[in-house]
Amino acid sequence: MGNKAVNDFTIRVATVNGSGSQSSNLVLTNAIFRLGVPVAPKNVFPSNIEGLPTWYDIRATARGYRCRTRTIDLLVALNTATWTQDVASVRSGGAIVHESTYPVAGLTLREDIAYYAVPFTELAKAHVKDGAMRKYLTNMIYVGVLAELLRIPEATMEAALGAQFKSKPKAAAANLEAVRVGSAYAREHLASLENIAIEPMTGATDEMFFIDGNRAAALGCVMGGCTVSAWYPITPASSLCESFIALCEKYRVDAVTGERKYAIVQAEDELAAIGMIIGAGWAGARAMTATSGPGISLMAEYVGYASFAEIPAVIFDVQRVGPSTGLPTRTMQGDLSFTYTLGHGDTKHPVLLPGTVEEIYEDGMAALDLAERMQCPVFVLSDLDLGMNSWLTKPFAFPEKPFDRGKILRAEDLSAHPDWGRYRDVDGDGIPYRTLPGTEHPAAGYFTRGTGHDEEAKYSENPVVWLRNLDRLARKHDTARTLVPQPQCDEAGNAIGILAYGSTHHAVVEARDLLREAGLETDYIRVRALPLAAEVAAFIDRHETVYVVEQNRDGQLFGILRNELRPEQIARLRSIRHYNGVSIDASAIVDPLLESRRELAHAGGARS
Amino acid sequence: MTAAAQTLNIIGLAREVYKGSPTTLCAGCGHNSITNHLIKALYEYGVPPHRLAKMSGIGCSSKTPAYFVDQAHGFNGLHGRMPSAATGAKLANRELMVVGISGDGDTASIGLGQYCHTIRRNVDMTYIVENNGVYGLTKGQFSATADVGSTLKHGGINTFSTIDVCGLAIELGATFVARSFSGDGKQLVPLLEAAFAHRGTAILDVVSPCVTFNDHEGSTKSYAYVKEHDVLVNAPDFIRAGEEIVVDYEPGTVQEVELDDGSHLLLRKLEREYDATDRLGALRTIHESRTRGELVTGLLFVSGDEPDLCERERMPARPLRDYAEGDLRLDRATFAKVAGGA
Repeated sequence: MGNKAVNDFTIRVATVNGSGSQSSNLVLTNAIFRLGVPVAPKNVFPSNIEGLPTWYDIRATARGYRCRTRTIDLLVALNTATWTQDVASVRSGGAIVHESTYPVAGLTLREDIAYYAVPFTELAKAHVKDGAMRKYLTNMIYVGVLAELLRIPEATMEAALGAQFKSKPKAAAANLEAVRVGSAYAREHLASLENIAIEPMTGATDEMFFIDGNRAAALGCVMGGCTVSAWYPITPASSLCESFIALCEKYRVDAVTGERKYAIVQAEDELAAIGMIIGAGWAGARAMTATSGPGISLMAEYVGYASFAEIPAVIFDVQRVGPSTGLPTRTMQGDLSFTYTLGHGDTKHPVLLPGTVEEIYEDGMAALDLAERMQCPVFVLSDLDLGMNSWLTKPFAFPEKPFDRGKILRAEDLSAHPDWGRYRDVDGDGIPYRTLPGTEHPAAGYFTRGTGHDEEAKYSENPVVWLRNLDRLARKHDTARTLVPQPQCDEAGNAIGILAYGSTHHAVVEARDLLREAGLETDYIRVRALPLAAEVAAFIDRHETVYVVEQNRDGQLFGILRNELRPEQIARLRSIRHYNGVSIDASAIVDPLLESRRELAHAGGARS
Repeated sequence: MTAAAQTLNIIGLAREVYKGSPTTLCAGCGHNSITNHLIKALYEYGVPPHRLAKMSGIGCSSKTPAYFVDQAHGFNGLHGRMPSAATGAKLANRELMVVGISGDGDTASIGLGQYCHTIRRNVDMTYIVENNGVYGLTKGQFSATADVGSTLKHGGINTFSTIDVCGLAIELGATFVARSFSGDGKQLVPLLEAAFAHRGTAILDVVSPCVTFNDHEGSTKSYAYVKEHDVLVNAPDFIRAGEEIVVDYEPGTVQEVELDDGSHLLLRKLEREYDATDRLGALRTIHESRTRGELVTGLLFVSGDEPDLCERERMPARPLRDYAEGDLRLDRATFAKVAGGA
């Protein structure tokens, strides 16, 4: 009945939204982690507070893969509405732990999997006296069942529960009781699990910790010196600002006076949120907002303004699935081309593309520096997968560098340069000098406007002045190519290259291993930002074919590459796209890539 | 020296310093008069130019920050979105004295949301609505402050109910609401100075005739109409902090309002009993006089005991923009607790 999966399996928990299974799943995840086994949880949840189906995949992987997999080894079935489809999702040789009242017949009766029926409702009724707690503790019973089946020591479960209910020892005890109920039942009634096993590992998870991308971003903002934030609630970005609030409340409030070294406003809409952070950036504070696609749509006008008036702003876009309201709780890389040129007329912005939670933290700080250095809006593109899932990561690095406040003229500088011009390109990099409101010098003031302006910020409709300004802004954009995070390359002189960005990275890592096992070695470049660094074109030049992998229908990065590259470079590109709303897995890359190799071979062998 | 000293204000600056670029608005535009009154008020109040942040949106009104205090920083933002930028600027540097200039389209139509929420938050700023009831830059369409029954220059009657930005502000909990007329500097200048002195959002709705598109018979925002229907509820005198109140008045004829910076506004009661600290009374007066076709002007409502946004947010006196790495970053030990490694 299939191969035995040791430290390489995925548990899928199928429940009903609002049943409180999140803590149970986190405890299980944490327990596996405590045995030294790398683990990647993925929450696939509905846009709903209570009642719709929700799934939580916990992938234990000795090789440390972080992406989703389609192979489900062990199913916990606690949703009668999805029972049939959930049974179908389990791999041959896998196992199902299910509520014993569910029918196992017809479509739900498979000969190639093992069934473990557990009377969860009855056990909960018998053992959980507190009716209000029963729903939650029922979920801990399945944790106990799995702990027994997977032979996770009780001490490990206890430690994981302690971590989950850190500040609530009473809750930890009640949950441990429920875990024991499940374990005892499994011990007495269930056969042992044959094809799935955990063996404690050493060295793979040392020093690692769990964090979601939104909290990592918030931490980047704290360490990057963000003091003003304005936001409007939207899934999946809300928890970014809420994490920022939580961190600020904990660490930025004066213990004696109660004064806060930050100001965070929940705005009336995204139009106001972006306006507030642009006003703050103009006045010299480091400011950020976080939103998702629909919010970006509303921010377009002020972002275009800030680009043209040259005002720093940092915008986190935790991408969800569009168009329109789309799938608010699913993931996509759908806003790349939109954010890159957000605004009417000739507008483009730096866009940072973190691929890991660690990079989101780093890019939070980098974006705050870059926005002030470049005097423009800077986007950080995260997505629901990165932002809302817990990721195992090594500790983040403490920032050693001071803030880069960019080209700011103080009162004493103005005495030396009283004839300064706000939009004059003094250094040849397209980046002008600015003064902050409140600078006590008669020459400090200037008039910030979204209308045509000359080097002195005076209104101008003169075609020559307009052209000169637009060309300077293009030069400034080019300067960004060397200032943004640079691409990450993994190369060994292979003919085939893979190009990806953002959260797609994790599927590429596994896909390259699978391709290697299939006899195809690949090189890899991960784009870390727009505008594109020179290295991207150089990588394409060094490869026969480069597969551009991304999570949107229309190949947005592919399109940007086609705009910026030469025809012979474009001819080497192939596009691989994934856009069904759930995060990309390795087979979404391996299958089309191998298919493309077969087609190319059939069409007359590899190109010379 | 004495002669020269007379031309300088309390912080030693000449009135010239408070001027800006020449106006590009139409000759006779009410907005130009407001600009001149504003220059006078800023000069008399003694606003240090570097502390002034001139904010505006889009429209004829929003061009005017270019026409006063050249040395100050100006921010000519987006249509209807001045309040959010002003809020952000104030949060970044609470030492700034924020003066926002908006129009009736900019405030009552496209910017109504931001107008309302800025008042709710009591952002410390002077918010001037240069109200002419018409879209000038796009050549004469009605705005939402046009009165029911008023006509367009080239035909068309407004049948939709008017948005009274003063009544709305009072309902929303505004802490300072005044209405004036661009042609009445005697009333407007002290009201502006009082607005500067107020801590919180000070709303000044200033009816300002558009000579090109809304100064005809049938308009309720024309010079002729306003002069005929203007009813002053009180006449203000601004007494700066520390100055002795020497005005002679009969007991019960003056309402004295203490402002947040220690200055005073003396409101001489005119033809009726009016209490500028009575929120409901103010609403009633505004509503009743509109029904009669009158335009009430003066200080309509003031309340000095509401905290502004910076106070509500418990912000330190030091501007947030001045905080550095050492103030804002976590120390290494705390960082390790949050970011792994501890």
